[in-house]
Amino acid sequence: MKVFIDAQRCQGHGRCFSLAPSVFGFDELGNGHVLGDGVVEGESLALARLAEANCPEHAISIGES
Amino acid sequence: MTIKPPVSDFATDWDHTDPQWVNDPYPIWEDLRTRCPVAHTDRYGGAWFPATHAGVSAVANDTEHFTSRTVVLGNGRPMEDALPAPIGVAPPITSDPPFHQIARRLILPAFAPGPINALEPMIRQLCNDLLDRVVGRGVINGGSDYAQFIPPAVIKRMLGFPEADEDLFREFVHIVLEGIDLPVEERIEQFAPIEEYFRIQIEDHQAHPRNDLTTFLLNAEILGEKLSIEHVFGTMVLILVAGIDTTWSALGASLWHLAKNPDDLARLVNEPDLMPFAIEEFLRFYAPVTMARLVKEDMEYLGCPMKQDDWILLGFPAANRDPEVFERADEFIIDRRENRHLAFGLGIHRCAGSNLARLELRVAIEEFIRRYPRFTLADPAQVTWAQGQVRGPRSLPLRVA
Ligand code: HEM
Repeated sequence: MKVFIDAQRCQGHGRCFSLAPSVFGFDELGNGHVLGDGVVEGESLALARLAEANCPEHAISIGES
Repeated sequence: MTIKPPVSDFATDWDHTDPQWVNDPYPIWEDLRTRCPVAHTDRYGGAWFPATHAGVSAVANDTEHFTSRTVVLGNGRPMEDALPAPIGVAPPITSDPPFHQIARRLILPAFAPGPINALEPMIRQLCNDLLDRVVGRGVINGGSDYAQFIPPAVIKRMLGFPEADEDLFREFVHIVLEGIDLPVEERIEQFAPIEEYFRIQIEDHQAHPRNDLTTFLLNAEILGEKLSIEHVFGTMVLILVAGIDTTWSALGASLWHLAKNPDDLARLVNEPDLMPFAIEEFLRFYAPVTMARLVKEDMEYLGCPMKQDDWILLGFPAANRDPEVFERADEFIIDRRENRHLAFGLGIHRCAGSNLARLELRVAIEEFIRRYPRFTLADPAQVTWAQGQVRGPRSLPLRVA
């Protein structure tokens, strides 16, 4: 699976990179982004799902890689 | 202060300064959610209160029909001498698009995780110093001995203000946030000492630039031009006002909860991994901040006949208790894993200080429960809650031994 952040929606709440620091990072404004190629499986997929469920802006999505 | 008639029905005559709302707003909001769900009042020149998550989200995300020109609801409308929209008196919170984004981008780097996380040792030291001062006492006040000192000390450092002025800050914050019932002229008069204080700080920084947020703002440029002094002043006041009562309230409410719920306290002491989830649940359940908007033009919205310059009070705390969005919304669940709460708002005005607020909350709770793994409310009758748009316990006597 692959995880995405919609940069138009992200407002920098910071929930993703706090809950799943191995999957998400942040830029100099504090907005979130996906680390690496965004392919997630096993534990990183579970973490990505947790972040998705906590994003107040619904900016995270997980789809087929 | 004028004596106001008591509220007869919160659906048609609500007032967020009514004692019932101040002391325990949750049953009122629950009732409104099922009955209205957008409540109205003629007070404050006309205002609306959406009680559902959907209503709050719709307005927060709609900068076309609503303006942030003023976000603190009061008797008057924005002062005539304020900077014109879209800048507003306190950018970026009072700014609308497109200027909002420019003003916001300017300050975001200072509040991003990197610089904020660097403050952790300082905050931890501060918390320990405060706790050292009350060592040996059986009852300490979680508000006036602890929570209320932490945010001003951090803000003072970020803005580069003199050491001794924290009591003054708290007074300023209360003037801005709690003086809302005063007539407009009196309110302008009340603001004079705040302006004077900031003018002196700005002049001092102009004469002696240093590595802090005030100097940064004085040097910052938009499209090759320095910010107007009103912009600098407005942003400084915003950071001071937005950073102090809010965080102090969230911390106070969290300690209040732990004092009343020994099982949650024991779990937090014994299972430190719960902390990130507990912090978010404190924020959801006791969200301290409510913000206002003004209606731009007459319109029908959420089924309501809204008039130009009507207020909308954005009840983020009410949205956080909406059972449509949260399972067991009325229960505090310390290890709630899915928690898309709106304590820091939604959309373009998301709290710029949320990384800092979370850090202060976490460190302050960690240090408090490390010293006092068991504490209870010393006297529930003495716990008082602040009125207005920032809600938290002001007096919080805790029995720690
Ligand atoms: C628990 C503590 C806090 C809570 C619950 C909180 C809540 C909020 C909320 C709900 C908003 C959105 C306002 C709106 O939509 O009109 C906001 C905006 C803001 N907050 Fe906070 N806040 C907290 C702490 C802080 C701190 C510590 C700072 C900075 C030192 C801060 C600075 C700001 C700023 C600058 C804005 C305006 C952002 C913009 O308009 O783009 N806040 N806050």
